[in-house]
Amino acid sequence: MAKEKKKYQVVVKKDLCKGCCLCVEFCKPQVLQTSENINQMGYNYAEVVDQKACTGCMICTLVCPDLVLEVYYE
Amino acid sequence: MNKVFISGNHTFAEAAIRAGCTCYFGYPITPQNELGEYMAVHLRKAGGVFVQSESETAAINMVIGASSTGARVMTSSSSPGISLKQEGISFLAGFELPAVIVNVMRGGPGLGNIAPAQGDYFQATRGGGHGDYRTPVLAPGSVQEIADLTYLSFDLADRYKTPVMILGDGMMGQTKEPVVFPEPVKSLPEKEWALKGCGDGPSRYMASLVLDTSEMERHNWKLERKYQQIAEKETRYEAYMMDDAELVIIAYGTTARIAKGAINRIRKDGIKAGLIRPITLWPFPKKILQELARSIKQFIVFEMSTGQMLEDVQLAIGGMADISFHGRPGGIIPTPAEFARFVYREYQEKKGLKS
Amino acid sequence: MKLKNEWPIYYKKDVVTHYCPGCGHGIVHRIIAELLEEMDLGKRTIGVNPAGCAVLAYNYLDFDMIEAAHGRGTAIATGIKRARPDLFVLSYQGDGDLSAIGTAETIHSANRGEKFTVIFINNAVYGMTGGQMAPTSVLEQQTTTSPLGRSPDVDGYPLHITDIVAEFKGVVYAERVSLSSPKNIRRTKKAIKIAFETQVDNLGYSIIEVLSPCPTNWKMNTLDSCKWIDNVLASEFPLGVLTDKRETK
Repeated sequence: MAKEKKKYQVVVKKDLCKGCCLCVEFCKPQVLQTSENINQMGYNYAEVVDQKACTGCMICTLVCPDLVLEVYYE
Repeated sequence: MNKVFISGNHTFAEAAIRAGCTCYFGYPITPQNELGEYMAVHLRKAGGVFVQSESETAAINMVIGASSTGARVMTSSSSPGISLKQEGISFLAGFELPAVIVNVMRGGPGLGNIAPAQGDYFQATRGGGHGDYRTPVLAPGSVQEIADLTYLSFDLADRYKTPVMILGDGMMGQTKEPVVFPEPVKSLPEKEWALKGCGDGPSRYMASLVLDTSEMERHNWKLERKYQQIAEKETRYEAYMMDDAELVIIAYGTTARIAKGAINRIRKDGIKAGLIRPITLWPFPKKILQELARSIKQFIVFEMSTGQMLEDVQLAIGGMADISFHGRPGGIIPTPAEFARFVYREYQEKKGLKS
Repeated sequence: MKLKNEWPIYYKKDVVTHYCPGCGHGIVHRIIAELLEEMDLGKRTIGVNPAGCAVLAYNYLDFDMIEAAHGRGTAIATGIKRARPDLFVLSYQGDGDLSAIGTAETIHSANRGEKFTVIFINNAVYGMTGGQMAPTSVLEQQTTTSPLGRSPDVDGYPLHITDIVAEFKGVVYAERVSLSSPKNIRRTKKAIKIAFETQVDNLGYSIIEVLSPCPTNWKMNTLDSCKWIDNVLASEFPLGVLTDKRETK
């Protein structure tokens, strides 16, 4: 019986993001990109561009210096 | 222990242990090496912590660490080493952490020499670290008083959450005298403000950094109010032969003892000299001097320096009376006879001017 | 949906740090907070924070902390740990703090084998004060006080302080790690965990040197900073375990 694949959802707390791009760079399935818009602090924050591609590897949360990313699963 | 024959340096240490001091950090420097050596043996025996640090700077920072956990802590050094501790003392004042710092003064400035002097009065009472703070300074005049004031210094430090300095000199450090020690403290109240790990509660931090200028100003005035309280409640001095005095000598520490010897001599010559011996150098006992200066018009300041406490006397009673000064810096220990001659000459001169 | 990465309890909730984008401090702060929770140490931890960019670390980390004068962290940690050996003590310092002004305290606390943990953030530059040369700056590195590049004639060579103290008998665990990639960040967490365990087991001094990016003062973007660590900084300061004496204790 095939194991049911977990569904993951990445949430970026965009107003806490400083636009360092580490998560964008190190996310292999390229779930994230740097937004063209800026947040309250004036940074081009990271945003989700391909939610379905997320494998739940947690690398984005590992490299983020500001605890900006949340990964939900079910 | 009832009455013991013991040196000043050893007395600092023994009294500290009896006052509940559990941590000592220090670096050897003459003429107070015996203090640390006593701690290495006896504080450890009493279950306390002794660490010979790599420098006086490291020692004062170890004091900060231990004090932050609520321990009663002491460090000691002599003049140049006390210079190295100034940043740490300023931090202790900013943190509002208690600690006792002993300075067994020697000749200076610079490397100076290892003989007794009183050249660190400015350093002790005017900073000598940076920032708006004051340090209570106690000046024992005998080995017995070393025991009593060291014991007291820990109480003052805890009560007001401040570093306290005890200013001795190389002579009283080496002198052996009979001492009756106070009984060892039985228990000490818990320090709620101490850092113990946050447990299940909120975390706390201790910082002397206050970037917000309004907050810093509030903090500075809060400290100032504390120092005013200390000045009101903790000023101490001794009055010797003051009942009928027509001439007041002001001296502290070893010099006061020499002055007493001089006073005994010149009293025989009919000069009614008395002594005011400040026991707290900060807060300086200016009130009693101001009271005396209303009726007595001749004051002689006597120090083993080129004149530092002299300025506090001038601040207190300048213009109200004649103030003259006799000083021997550099490690010279003046004799009672020498000072008696000086007082005699000053007295005659003033009388001569009058008539 | 359930959250996979709960907010670390020893990190103040939703705080925005003053650290620059891509600065390594945030990563190490988080790792420390995670480990203190996983190892159930936070309740009895006292951290000592430095002068430097991390001078306000107590506004971000949520366990008891005390500020140190510049360089004196290991002396303060000595005082705390000696007075209260039951507490878990860590000194968090930068390269100026630990290997310039604090050199004596670093060497002697290591030599005494004090039983606390030192986290050494090495970004080869003085961050908070605007990018001056550090003892660990590499040759030819341009900083505000080595504008023509670090030269051995006038500036000496990069200081390998962790290698020096790793030789001491009292230093039980020393490792150099970096934050330049997910793999390296994972290793950083493992190394700090070993260092924490060394203290919990009361074995002696532990120090973890973390090569950390400073994009602002290196005048690079975040990703180039990571590459610079891999290519330049890590060749001067190779990653790896510098000493592991746990078996002998």
